[in-house]
Amino acid sequence: MSTETPSASLLSIRDLCVEFDTDEGTVRAVDGISLEISAGRTLGIVGESGCGKSVTALSIMRLLPKPMGRIASGEIKFDGTDLIKLPAEDMRTVRGNRIGMIFQEPMTALNPVKKIGVQLSEVFFLHQTASKEEAWKKSVEMLDKVGIPSPEIRAGEYPHQLSGGMRQRVVIAIALACGPELVIADEPTTALDVTIQAQILDLMKSLQRDLGMAVALITHDLGVIAETCDEVCVMYAGRVVERAPVKTLFANPRHAYTQGLLASIPRLDGQPKTHLRTIDGMVPALKELRPGCRFGPRSGREHTETQLEARPEFIEIETGHWIEACPVCTE
Amino acid sequence: MSEKATPILETTGLKLHFPVRGGIFQRATNSCKAVDGVDLLINSGETLGLVGESGCGKSTLGKTIARLYKPTAGNIRFEGQEIGDLKRKELQPFRREIQMIFQDPYESLNPRQTVGGILEEPYVIHKLGTREERRKWVKELLEKVGLPESSINRFPFEFSGGQRQRIGIARALALKPKLIICDEAVSALDVSIQSQILNLLLDLQKELGLTYLFISHDLAVVKHVSDRIAIMYLGRIVETGDAETIYQKPAHPYTQALLTAIPVPDPEHIPSKQILEGDVPSPIHPPDGCPFHTRCPHVEERCRIEEPVLENAGKKEHLKSCHLNF
Repeated sequence: MSTETPSASLLSIRDLCVEFDTDEGTVRAVDGISLEISAGRTLGIVGESGCGKSVTALSIMRLLPKPMGRIASGEIKFDGTDLIKLPAEDMRTVRGNRIGMIFQEPMTALNPVKKIGVQLSEVFFLHQTASKEEAWKKSVEMLDKVGIPSPEIRAGEYPHQLSGGMRQRVVIAIALACGPELVIADEPTTALDVTIQAQILDLMKSLQRDLGMAVALITHDLGVIAETCDEVCVMYAGRVVERAPVKTLFANPRHAYTQGLLASIPRLDGQPKTHLRTIDGMVPALKELRPGCRFGPRSGREHTETQLEARPEFIEIETGHWIEACPVCTE
Repeated sequence: MSEKATPILETTGLKLHFPVRGGIFQRATNSCKAVDGVDLLINSGETLGLVGESGCGKSTLGKTIARLYKPTAGNIRFEGQEIGDLKRKELQPFRREIQMIFQDPYESLNPRQTVGGILEEPYVIHKLGTREERRKWVKELLEKVGLPESSINRFPFEFSGGQRQRIGIARALALKPKLIICDEAVSALDVSIQSQILNLLLDLQKELGLTYLFISHDLAVVKHVSDRIAIMYLGRIVETGDAETIYQKPAHPYTQALLTAIPVPDPEHIPSKQILEGDVPSPIHPPDGCPFHTRCPHVEERCRIEEPVLENAGKKEHLKSCHLNF
């Protein structure tokens, strides 16, 4: 982190395309997206299921399922080096060490037959060549840091002995063990109850304050975005349709999809038992996508054939506020 | 909605305990008190929202009311008649009146049946209509929930999550029930689809005069659809009242914490979170006294000993079970 130059981004993705081989041919799950995360900041990536947000996360970690998935083109620059071009061995020194990942489902992210302390020690073992005893000691410290009561005892327990919230704390402890510069959190609170979600978000915020890492937070919950992020990327059908500082995005959404998404969530201060605004239809299947404005068919606004065939440009309309400039969807 | 509120369903002291078996003979050594003394009232034509965290017993309560479980103790009165102790055969007429919509539209539809078959089945079971009539009714149902008639010969896997949920709703409507229990009916859906389904449920209620018991963990959704709300914690109702009162003046500390924990989709909003510590205790060994005392920020000595009962919290029909006043 000491090498950072001011205003330089820690992670910068340029024109990333990710393809998957399926029985019905090759589909493009992520279609030329660009985004940036500055050191110590939080970027929210929001979108509905199938929009490519998790695939983006897995690409950064180079954890795409093999052999079906591959990065077709683009670059992922992390602190100046292109992760895509990195040899597998060098990638291993980055993954889990300089970039940590928090997964959605804490039960499946942890190994059920290994003690929590052992799973945490593994991280120190791999990246910091510590002795067994030292790794264990560090693990206990880490468990303490993420707010697990009596960490010495808990370290000797198995995942099934912990509640969902506690398990997610363990997953966070593993992700943060080596003091990464970037943490990718893929739906970290989706499987949790609201009161536990509040605990976990609070924990992540305070750890970010203490450790100064950048966070890429993937979620479908706009409430979580509003409360935790500095910047937001809205994804739809494999593309980023809008990117803006969080306040700008909520106050002045420019893309029809962002507007629709914001309008369709029920709000506590809304008029009860009234119709919510909806977005017609559903997210198109990846193989049916056309190269032009992808939200066009659902936007309820008339698009010309050219607009559905030619890809709209991704432009910056004011500082930090980028949109996919389909003239109909952003008018 | 509640000018002349007539109760359609009433439970008193409803309990459902699951045996916890252990030892070599698998004897019941303990019990999981999933629903532990619930008094609930649902008025005809209203939506009662039932909110709680996972494991609080809200789904079990819903299923018990639909009589998918036999209650361990207590009464369920549907339109004045006791249905808590009815046998399988005797229950059949009530099955037409109370229907359920389930959370997961992937698991609640038989993958080997066509949509037509799924929707026809309730009529077959209840021996209603001829083949042609049933076919006609199925088409009407599809139209009602906004699916094309051609869906009739297709299988569930050909549909998206939102469309499957529509099929689930159509099935629940088939027998023209009075009460529909929606168990996390929109939780598995994306926001843009969720709003479509919520609108559909609201329209159907208006059109058919349905009563809903709307079970969800999402308070914003519940607030949007409900007339009255009941908050559940560890098998018990801790607060009930009309939706506005619950959100404006929550009287129970658990409700208060729950409300502040919801992330507000507005970055200008300054959260004043009251973060509850710890986890929900196990329903196998619920704490003595007030079930919430282990996490309550205002806990006093008597909360640990004496169990509070649901009592008036000031306004009409606003009940809470808490010793303290705020």
